[in-house]
Amino acid sequence: MSSTVITQDMLIIMSPELLLAIGAMVLLMIGAFRSDGGLGIVTGGAIAMIITAAALVNLMHVGDTELFGGSIIIDGFSRFMKTLILIGSGVALIMSIDWMRSANMDRFEYPVLIVLATLGMLIMASAGDLIALYLGLELQSLSLYVLASIQRDSTRSTEAGLKYFALGALSSGMLLYGSSLIYGFTGTINLAQIATMAGHEGASVGLVFGLVFLIAGLAFKVSAVPFHMWTPDVYEGAPTPVAAFFAAAPKVAAMALFVRVLISGFPTMTPEWQQIIVFVAIASMVLGAFAAIGQRNIKRLMAYSSIGHMGYALVGLAAGSEGGVKGVIIYMALYVAMTLGAFTCILAMRRGDAAVEEIDDLAGLSRSNPLMAFVLAMLLFSLAGIPPLAGFFAKWFVFNAAVEAGLYALAVIGVLASVVGAYYYLRVIKIMYFDEPAPAFDRMSGELSTVLGISGVVVVLFSIYPAPLVSMAAEAAKALF
Amino acid sequence: MGLAAAFFYLFAGVLIASAFMVIAARNPVHSVLWLILAFFNAAGLFLLLGAEFLAMILVVVYVGAVAVLFLFVVMMLDIDFAELRQGFLEYVPIGAVIGAIFLVELLLVVTTWIFSPEAAAQAQVPIPGDMSNVAAIGQVLYTKYILFFQLSGMVLLVAMIGAIVLTLRHKAGVKRQDISVQVARNPATAIEVRKVESGKGI
Repeated sequence: MSSTVITQDMLIIMSPELLLAIGAMVLLMIGAFRSDGGLGIVTGGAIAMIITAAALVNLMHVGDTELFGGSIIIDGFSRFMKTLILIGSGVALIMSIDWMRSANMDRFEYPVLIVLATLGMLIMASAGDLIALYLGLELQSLSLYVLASIQRDSTRSTEAGLKYFALGALSSGMLLYGSSLIYGFTGTINLAQIATMAGHEGASVGLVFGLVFLIAGLAFKVSAVPFHMWTPDVYEGAPTPVAAFFAAAPKVAAMALFVRVLISGFPTMTPEWQQIIVFVAIASMVLGAFAAIGQRNIKRLMAYSSIGHMGYALVGLAAGSEGGVKGVIIYMALYVAMTLGAFTCILAMRRGDAAVEEIDDLAGLSRSNPLMAFVLAMLLFSLAGIPPLAGFFAKWFVFNAAVEAGLYALAVIGVLASVVGAYYYLRVIKIMYFDEPAPAFDRMSGELSTVLGISGVVVVLFSIYPAPLVSMAAEAAKALF
Repeated sequence: MGLAAAFFYLFAGVLIASAFMVIAARNPVHSVLWLILAFFNAAGLFLLLGAEFLAMILVVVYVGAVAVLFLFVVMMLDIDFAELRQGFLEYVPIGAVIGAIFLVELLLVVTTWIFSPEAAAQAQVPIPGDMSNVAAIGQVLYTKYILFFQLSGMVLLVAMIGAIVLTLRHKAGVKRQDISVQVARNPATAIEVRKVESGKGI
């Protein structure tokens, strides 16, 4: 059994995960044994580790391979998704530095939990069997539940954590039930072998049944529509930097898992899962577009926006083709850039050391802070999918894949939903540019303006010069087919 | 074969009956006791399957730790369960409908069950014939499944951090035990000699 021996190669390939696992424990020790909590050191160390891990993912690879008997798959797809996850986590951590300082959140566990959640997400991105999938998912989710209620003296934060935990546990239960059925009907937990068995046996009722439960569990994690109920409450209740973190990296990891499970685990059952994904995508796009219209709180607005965007990304998955997966990858990359930028602006909405969250608080921002208003307007235009900006191309790739796969109705509904969705983004821009000015916000901290600047540059750069990201995404998508 | 089947039906029957009693018992302490009985019967089923390690673990962990903890919590909380159950009857129809749907779905799955002959051959780690299953688990848990083992460890670590983050509070003005300080006390630091004037207190 060659898989039982841990070789030097394995340690090198697993080095990003090992770094995060061991590093998180070291940081925990530093935080626990320093009398002042050592928040600065722990945060700095966590950011440095996440950046190093991103470098290791891309530099230390020795080609595509499978480890631990197929439990961990290292290929172009997992490398790209891991890089994206690490960027999302690292940026979210940088964005929360200012908040931790000002909100008296001297809890060194916060960066440690983000590192552990990131470790779970890395496992999710390269999970090759159902147990690795579940363990990665649970490591990530458990850290997120705690992060949601980390402001334990705030009722809304604890409520967000509790709600997320109760619904998350239910979805984990469904996922496990589905996994056990799949294992029962195929006799294996390995995705590649499940694909072979499903090819031999055809789609038996039990297998489809298990697959439906598995999809339900995964749909909860990407907050796609019948399983989206937790999203607005959790985003609103959790501290803003935590909501920013929730909106970016975990979504990428869950989407990576979704794509991997369906494309490499059930390629012969495409017609069966395609109809489910088509329904989930349509429901998410439509609900994301209509439910966001009435929102007054900008964090709830972003929650509905993320539900809608997951719907658009799932359009690419519904196509089930290489072009579709490429679309999903591009969509997720740009979604992370745009969402983190938008959340930077929400974090900067502070007046007299208190955070404000109403959309009306943005009134007249174009006069009190023209630069921030301009970048935010651009990000919102991009999220809405207005043509010259990055968000348009992201939607174009997924809809194109859907049309090529013959899913015309899905593409048409998607375009209509994005027109409706544009309304609420444009309303925010109208409030910023044409309403009577509200009092100005406090000065934006250095980290936040840097992140906002980078996010704006990415959105503009992709619309001018999309080739590098598109070719990287194409390469990553090829790994699955 | 007849004896094994008889024991299977005995354990399974008692298991289902006691599981029902867990939700039907009026007294919550009785519910926990029924739960313990259910665990014991599940352990019996594992024994019949030849999984003696799982059976022992089930008894040690669930009966020994989890159920006893439940019992403590139930005894310490002052919850009027009769009050909680009020309105239970109002929800019976919808509960019955959902239950019926699940039953039909389960029947659909179970009746289409075909165990493919290839599936058995594909078992990840077949148990070698000449080995107890503790030894068999020991052989693969730290080698083939080291990744899963370590990841479960990380999940437990997160659970521990979470419990501490969310509940630990350092209250000011509470006297805590500090062994090193207590041991380092000597007469010079612990005793103060005061001159007490007669007729006055300290």
